[in-house]
Amino acid sequence: MESVWFCILVGMLAIYVILDGFDFGAGIVHLFVARGENDKKIVARSIGPFWDGNEVWLIASGGVLFFAFPVLFASAFSGFYLALIIVVWLFILRGVSLELRNHLGNELWKTLWDFLFGVSSLLLSLFFGVALGNVIRGVNLGGVENHQSMYDAIYFFAPLWNSFRPDDNPGLLDWFTLLMGTVSILTLFIHGANWIILKSEGTLADRLRPLIVKASFVLGVLFLLSVVGAYFVRPTLFDRYFDNPLWLAAPLISAASLFGIPFFVRRREELKAFAASCLFIGGSLITTAIGTFPSLLHSVNTVHSDITIYSAANTEYGLSIGAWWWTIAFVLVCSYFFIQHRIFRGKIAGDESIYEDHG
Amino acid sequence: MEDALLFSRLQFGFTVTFHYLFPQLTMGLALLIVIMKSLAIWKRDAGYDQAARFWAKIFAVNFVMGVITGIPLEFQFGTNWARFSELTGSVIGQTLAMEGMFSFFLESSFLGLFLFGEKRLGPTGHWIAAFLVFLGSWLSGYLIIVTHAWMQHPVGYEILEGGKIVLTDFWALFTNPWATWEYAHTMLGAIVTASFVMTGVGAFYLLRKIHAEQARRFVTLGVIVGSIASILVAFPTGDRQAKNIAQFQPVTFAAMEGLFRTEREAGISLIGQPNMAQRKLDNPILVPGVLSFLTYASFDAEVKGLDAFAEELWPTNIPLLYYSYHIMAGLGTIFIGAMLLALYYVYRKKIFGSRWLLWMLMLLAPFPYVANTAGWFTAEIGRQPWLVYNLIRTESGISPTVSDGNILFTFIGFVGLYFLLGTLFLSLVGREIYKGPGEPDPDKVPGTEVA
Repeated sequence: MESVWFCILVGMLAIYVILDGFDFGAGIVHLFVARGENDKKIVARSIGPFWDGNEVWLIASGGVLFFAFPVLFASAFSGFYLALIIVVWLFILRGVSLELRNHLGNELWKTLWDFLFGVSSLLLSLFFGVALGNVIRGVNLGGVENHQSMYDAIYFFAPLWNSFRPDDNPGLLDWFTLLMGTVSILTLFIHGANWIILKSEGTLADRLRPLIVKASFVLGVLFLLSVVGAYFVRPTLFDRYFDNPLWLAAPLISAASLFGIPFFVRRREELKAFAASCLFIGGSLITTAIGTFPSLLHSVNTVHSDITIYSAANTEYGLSIGAWWWTIAFVLVCSYFFIQHRIFRGKIAGDESIYEDHG
Repeated sequence: MEDALLFSRLQFGFTVTFHYLFPQLTMGLALLIVIMKSLAIWKRDAGYDQAARFWAKIFAVNFVMGVITGIPLEFQFGTNWARFSELTGSVIGQTLAMEGMFSFFLESSFLGLFLFGEKRLGPTGHWIAAFLVFLGSWLSGYLIIVTHAWMQHPVGYEILEGGKIVLTDFWALFTNPWATWEYAHTMLGAIVTASFVMTGVGAFYLLRKIHAEQARRFVTLGVIVGSIASILVAFPTGDRQAKNIAQFQPVTFAAMEGLFRTEREAGISLIGQPNMAQRKLDNPILVPGVLSFLTYASFDAEVKGLDAFAEELWPTNIPLLYYSYHIMAGLGTIFIGAMLLALYYVYRKKIFGSRWLLWMLMLLAPFPYVANTAGWFTAEIGRQPWLVYNLIRTESGISPTVSDGNILFTFIGFVGLYFLLGTLFLSLVGREIYKGPGEPDPDKVPGTEVA
């Protein structure tokens, strides 16, 4: 049952990053590529009816994490205290800026919210990569210094940064997690750009295509570097792949979709290009999950062992009950999702009734 | 770690109090919007569609505020109350995860359709979208109340070695006697807020002699719904909620009533200030026997006072608890009086010309927020010193590794950010109200007009 919930959690997080990922990517496009009121409106309208629902996947994944693995929730959320509260603030600013920019016609007002929307999207994209980097690298569980534990085995406290090296007492940010953060920014930029092309017509899409192609090549290089980096900070991550090469299907799909992105963008096959960036994100997250299973939070010291799905899980009774309601809810969620995307299908970014200008 | 406990409590108290200013309007207004959409179809009156569109704009801003101030609460369970999450996650994780899976998806998917899809959906489809938003928000409220009720009156659990509290009976959570009345009481409180706001906005327009046609709809609907809800929030739901407290948390009950000594024919205090040093109420105005009667349906029944309990079981801030409860109950009484008076004037068709009554209804609009907040203060301060009643004390629930300096930093940050959010909210909603609903035009559906 623990393994089932591990898969559910990874699946939900992957769906979340794929869905909200294009919202964040749209924010990065908004910050760096969109010029003028028309472009900015296209970006906002392409995600307008969706972003709120997409963000629910994060809240729901958080709820499922809390329910299925309460020990991990308690440990990770308190251990990354400052980072998580700052993430919450960024989410707040981002939601506010998207909803409020069109409430006044004033130029200054819009400039302010556009800037905050772009910057918060960029920082959150960075954070996603950094978070994944921390899961790969691990934390100093128990707060061990000189073989002495400061806390119970499941607790730790990671500062925002320490020495910027993945050492015995790592902070949130070090060279490895920042590398992962950069990979994440590029990935979500490409993903968001693909989405905007899918949802709009006109010059913005034309300018985005060559940018996606260039960004994919840079991403390819950084992606390889991050794999090498991961081997450097946590060699055991690759054990499962050496033991049974069948697992290599996941990273191969990931790599193939990365090549697919520029290929389809050049041929103007928008839907396939977007599908490729979805697959790349999903494939990479699943690749990581295969490597870490059954560990949830890796311990960088030898005094305390990893938090695993077995040590962190809810009871068998709780998890079994949960499997019932979760399945029912998931079917319902898929149907909402289908209805929503069916009604707002096609090139909707020109629709004036979405984010009607109140000014 | 004493400061860490204080700062964590202040931060959670502040963020949850601020948060609940929004859902109470969301939940109440969702119902009123469904009623307006139904009236539009039933009476074939496009004016109600127009009214619904106006309130949907306010609903949208309010909803976004509710969502973005709600996320920090889920996070804080882990960031600030890690030990509590570790020990009780098996139980409250169930209902919180269900809230995410069942209601948040429902609300947010159909809110997008409701706000941006009127043209694409047609009247019936748009009504369904409105109804599903209403259903989602009420379901969300239900699952939160079930979670909260478990903290007030834990059921269906066992305690493992090492102190972990695990769920043994899923259905017990939903049949918890505390949850049913608390849910009804809370939802009715939300309807009171929304109907007072709607009435107040209508009264404002009538007093200014603008948007008169829509204003009459707002006042009529607001007063009818508001008077029903004001009565039901007190009887039977508030009354039964109080009886639950008397039964399951008698020490809390004594403290909120300001009853220091166990008495037969206990009187109810209308006014008075708890004097903790002398263990008595200063300047009391008591109605003799009424507390005994309301609690046990008999004037000479004995009601346990604070003296019947050991002091370490007393709620930690009795004066604040006492005032919160009395502010809530006092305002609730005023609401019933004001709404029944207004209902009489609606019935006699004299309300739109009674300027004094419209003034009163306009000025009353903010007070249900005060009453709802005071009600939650009563529940939360009343539960102290417990986080989960009789199982986990509040100080045992905090995060063991987070220092007080970190928490103070984020608390200050939240205060600053929420000040900004509150200002933005007021100015934006103020702008929408100032612009008004416009006069109805049956040929005009948004999105079809020439830009």
